[in-house]
Amino acid sequence: MIPAFDPHALRDEFPILSEQINGHRLIYFDNAASAQKPRVVLEAMEQLASHGYANVHRGLHVLANRATEAFEGARASVARFVNAPEAAEVIFTRGTTEAMNLLAYGLASSIQSGDEILLTEMEHHSNIVPWHFLRERRGAKLVWAPVNAQGGLDLEATLALIGPRTRVAAITQMSNVLGAVPDLPRLADAVHGFGGILVVDGAQGAVHFPTDVQALGCDAYALTGHKLYGPTGIGALWAKRDLLERLDPFNGGGEMIEIVTRDRVTYAGLPHRFEAGTPAILEAVGLGAALDWLMSQDRAAIELHEKALHDRAVAGLKAIGASLYGESPDKGAVLAFNIPGLHAHDVAQILDQSGIAIRAGHHCAQVLMAALGVSATARASFALYNTMEEVETFLAATERAQARFARVRPQQAGAHA
Amino acid sequence: MATMAETSTTAPAVHDISARAAEIADDFALLTDWEDRFAFLMEAGAEMQPLEPGERIGDNKVRGCASQVWLVSGISDSPHGKVLRLRGESDALLVTGLVALVVRLFDGQKPEAVLAFDARQFFDRLGLRGALTPQRSNGLSAMLERVRADCAAHGNN
Repeated sequence: MIPAFDPHALRDEFPILSEQINGHRLIYFDNAASAQKPRVVLEAMEQLASHGYANVHRGLHVLANRATEAFEGARASVARFVNAPEAAEVIFTRGTTEAMNLLAYGLASSIQSGDEILLTEMEHHSNIVPWHFLRERRGAKLVWAPVNAQGGLDLEATLALIGPRTRVAAITQMSNVLGAVPDLPRLADAVHGFGGILVVDGAQGAVHFPTDVQALGCDAYALTGHKLYGPTGIGALWAKRDLLERLDPFNGGGEMIEIVTRDRVTYAGLPHRFEAGTPAILEAVGLGAALDWLMSQDRAAIELHEKALHDRAVAGLKAIGASLYGESPDKGAVLAFNIPGLHAHDVAQILDQSGIAIRAGHHCAQVLMAALGVSATARASFALYNTMEEVETFLAATERAQARFARVRPQQAGAHA
Repeated sequence: MATMAETSTTAPAVHDISARAAEIADDFALLTDWEDRFAFLMEAGAEMQPLEPGERIGDNKVRGCASQVWLVSGISDSPHGKVLRLRGESDALLVTGLVALVVRLFDGQKPEAVLAFDARQFFDRLGLRGALTPQRSNGLSAMLERVRADCAAHGNN
């Protein structure tokens, strides 16, 4: 048992981390946008492509069986990763976005005009726009739960917004900007008390916190592979069997049917009913490898490590007078900030010259940006392979950027909208 | 920057586009590292006359930019015939610096001369497309496309 987590031991498993960027060794703090991939993920995909590749589920030959076993093995890995009661409740999607669209589309015919969908101000657009479709097409009413002064979800205000018209509450497990972690079990109880369902966007939360959908009490949970050290183009939706069986199918095509005639079609059972067409086979297997790898790590120690990086960065940025967005207790390891006298985009461009990759912009969270009263923030987000030395280099580069470049333009000081 | 003040008050400019491009390239040649280049761009951006709040509107917004960019452009009469008039800014200072260079190149020039000038190659030669991220380069590309579209639309009238 290793007492503390040592990221240095893991870094060799990520080939890209030894890249030189603009003459400096890469410091990758854009993990909330997409994380880098360990060799085990790349090898799993190459292994399948080289020795076991064919289309899944419909072949009667050796390769088809190998591919199907690998693909269904990946589904079982996802089920273990989120502690799903059964693997058939796990639907492969292209990512969180497609999972949310699948859910919203599948629920549409059961939504009546005036039914309420509860969202929070800190949701990512992928957990907003699919519900806007139900507002536009079904007359659903979007109800917005507020963020409090600390940049966490205002739980009491949110509970007060949940009522008999609440059909769906769609809430992030962890904000991609504020890092806030809403009390999902409490919200699940409240929503269920009125007969609604709780849908959880796990795009960020799944990365930083061991996730048990049964303990969260949610009815559906979406994650994406590429933030979980896995490939792009693959993610998953878990939902309770009875919910999935109530949903209208999303995409129609091969694989998702039982019988097709000129006059009628009957649909396959779970999970195939929601997986029309040839799936992203190699990517699904890559995702399974990423999750198996992550589950083999000491995730409690990783959480503490990421928190230590985050807390040091917070202290360093505060020391140079930065504005920080999101300081709720127990938040995840993302850090949104602005440097006085520098636009977030300028900060990102300047740090890039030192090989430091951060994000700048609205982070696909324009509702939150409006609530915070800013048009953009910079964001550093941490992963298990980041080190304290990297945080120190980042802070030094940020301080130098401020000293060299910060200037006050009267109408555009900071990044205020 | 004397040349910028000169071109923003008198139209058309004394220099044609390639002479202005050569001036900018000379300025850049003196800058040895990225910090100096960034400082130069931010200085050029800060010296730009800010747009009026009423000009920071959707119609003037350039699509495809990671930050917000507004360009106010139009074709005006001058003693030398029709010329492009161009102003702009961004909420990010480095981008405003790029806008300043585009303005310095093209403001007060004849639309056909603007269309004939290979701006992409010019910015590539300055190393600006490489020094700035793809998203930012796209912002520059979008700006250049906007200017070309305005000049081309004039030709069709």
